[in-house]
Amino acid sequence: MRNSRLLSVESWKRWIWSFVRLVLIAGLSFLILYPILQKISTAIKDKEDLYSPIVVWVPIHYTWDNFKQAIMIMDYWETLVNTFALSISTTILTAISCALAGYGFARLKFKGSNLLFAGVILTILVPPSTILIPLYLNLKDFTLLGIVPLLTGKSANLLNTYWPFILTALTANSLKAGLYIFIFRQFFRGIPKEVEEAAYIDGAGVGRTFSRIMLPNAIPAIITVLLFSFVWQWNDSFFTTTYLSSGKVMSVQLSALPYNLNNIVSGGSSQADPFYLSMVQDTGILLAILPLIIIYFFVQRYFVEGIERTGIVG
Amino acid sequence: MKSILKSRLLKKTYSEKKALWGFLYVLPWLLGFIFFFFVPLLSSLQFSFSKITANSEGITVKYIGFENYVEALTVNTSFNRVLTESIVNIVVNIPLIVIFSLFLAVLLNQKFIGRSAARAIFFLPVILASGVIMNLESTSLVQAISDASSGAKVVNSLQSFELEKMMLQAGVSEWIVNYLTGSVDRIYQIVSQSGVQILIFLAGIQTISPQLYEASKMEGATGYEAFWKITFPMVSPLILVNVIYTIVDSVSTNEITDLILDTGFSAFNFGLSSAMATIYFVAVALILLISTYLISRKVFYYD
Repeated sequence: MRNSRLLSVESWKRWIWSFVRLVLIAGLSFLILYPILQKISTAIKDKEDLYSPIVVWVPIHYTWDNFKQAIMIMDYWETLVNTFALSISTTILTAISCALAGYGFARLKFKGSNLLFAGVILTILVPPSTILIPLYLNLKDFTLLGIVPLLTGKSANLLNTYWPFILTALTANSLKAGLYIFIFRQFFRGIPKEVEEAAYIDGAGVGRTFSRIMLPNAIPAIITVLLFSFVWQWNDSFFTTTYLSSGKVMSVQLSALPYNLNNIVSGGSSQADPFYLSMVQDTGILLAILPLIIIYFFVQRYFVEGIERTGIVG
Repeated sequence: MKSILKSRLLKKTYSEKKALWGFLYVLPWLLGFIFFFFVPLLSSLQFSFSKITANSEGITVKYIGFENYVEALTVNTSFNRVLTESIVNIVVNIPLIVIFSLFLAVLLNQKFIGRSAARAIFFLPVILASGVIMNLESTSLVQAISDASSGAKVVNSLQSFELEKMMLQAGVSEWIVNYLTGSVDRIYQIVSQSGVQILIFLAGIQTISPQLYEASKMEGATGYEAFWKITFPMVSPLILVNVIYTIVDSVSTNEITDLILDTGFSAFNFGLSSAMATIYFVAVALILLISTYLISRKVFYYD
C-alpha cells in the first residue's frame, strides 16, 4: 500500500520534471530559431505588408522581389562560388597541415617539441587583433625574407588575393588553427601505441604508418576539424574583410551590403525607405547563411557525434 | 644478451628516425608560426613603441618610447571606457555561459522524445553566431519594429521585471538581482555563445561510466545528489576547458577589437593601434591566468 503511494509520488515527480524540461527546451529552441523564422517571414513579405498592422508572421502578399534584389546587389551566385572555393580549399589544407602537426606533437617527440607546442597554445590565446596590423603590412609587401624579390624583382602584394588564406592554411596558421592542432594531438594521443608499433614491425615507415594506420583511425577528429574550419572560414569577417576587402566573398558582401543597398535602391540621391532597405538586408543575411543551414541539416549528425569521439574530453 | 643489445640499438635509431620525422611533420606549422605569428607579434610590440609614418617609399618606424601607451591610456577618449566595458562584459558572461551550457548538456543528455532535433537546434548557434551576422542583426530595423509592435512584445513584457521586484522584496542583495535579471535579458546572447561549450560538456558527460550512476541509485541517491556528487566532479576538468574556450572565443571580436581596427585602418595610427592591442592582450592574459589559477585548484581529476 505504502509502496504504491511512493511509486505514484515518484511518477508525479517524473511527469512534472519532463514537463518542465519540455517547456525549457521548447522555449530555448524557439529563442534560437526566432531570428531565422523572422528573417524568412520578412524575406517573403511584399513591401505593402511592411506597414500593414495585420501582418505579423504570415504575409498576405508573397513575393520573391526581396530575394531578387538581394541576389542582384550581392552578386549572389558569383559570391557563392567564390566563398565555396575559398572555404573548401582552406578547410582541406588546414585539415592536412593540422593533422601533420598534431601527429608530430603527439607521437613523434623531438628535442624542443614541448616548447613548440607551447607556441601552439600561444597562437590560441593571443587575440587576432594584436597581430593583425603587422600581418597586414607584411602581406602588403610580401618578401618572405627576401626570397620573393629575388625571384620576381619586387615584393608581392598579396592583399585582395586568396594567397593569405592559402598560405596560412598550408602552414597550419589560419583562423583558429591552434585549436585544430590541439584536437588532433589529443586524438592521436588516445590511439594505443601498440597499433603504431605493430605497423612498424610489419615494415611500415613513419609516413606510411601515419597515412595508412593513424589517419583512418582519426576520422572523427578529421570530420570535426573539417566542419569547424569550413563554418568558421565561411563566417569569418575579421580576416576576410581586412585581407580581401574588394573580393566577392560572402562575409565581405554582407558587411558591404547596407552601403551597396543604399546606393542602388536610392540611386545615390533621394532618400530610400529605411524599412525597405532593412528588409532586403535581412533577406541578404538569410541568403548568406542558407547554404550553411542546408549543409548543417545533412551533417549535424557528424557534428554531434564527431566531437564526442575526438577526445578533447579525455 | 646480444639480441637485447641489438634491439636497443634498433630502438634508438627508430626513435631518432621518429624525432626527425616529427620535426618534418611540425615544420609546415613552424614556418607559418614564425612568418604569420611570431614575427608579426614582435613587430606589433615594436610598433607600439614607435611612430609610424607612411610615405611613398613605404613606412618609416621611429622609436618614441612609451608615448603610444600614454596616449592610449590618458589621451584617447574612448579606449579606457571601451576596454573596461569589454573586459567586464567578458568576465560577467563567463560564469553564465558555463553554468548555462552545463545545465543544457545535462538536459540534452537525458532521454526524451525529439532529443536529436533539440540537439541539432542547440548547436545551430555554432554556425550562426558570427561577427557580420550578429552586427547586421543588431541594426535590423524590421526586426526592431516588429519586436516593438507585435509578437515579441509578449517576450519583452515577460522579461525579468516581476522577478526583479519579487527578489528585491525578498531581501536578496541588489547586485545579485541585477546580475541575474540582466542575464535573463541577455539570454539570446548567452545561448548563441554556448554552442561549442554544450558540445564539450555533452561529450564529457557521455564518457562517465554508467556504473557510477547505477551504484549511487542502489544506495538511494536522488538525481539531484547524483548530479552534484558524480556528474559535476567528473566534468570539472571540462569546466576549465570551457572557461578558457569562452574567454578565447569572446575576445576575438568585440568593441575593443573594432576600436583597435578603426585606429589602425581608418585613422592610420598604427603605433597607437598596436599599443592598444598590446594592452588588450595583457589584460586578456591576466584574465586567463587568474581564472585558470582559481579553477584548477578546484578541479577534480578522476585518474
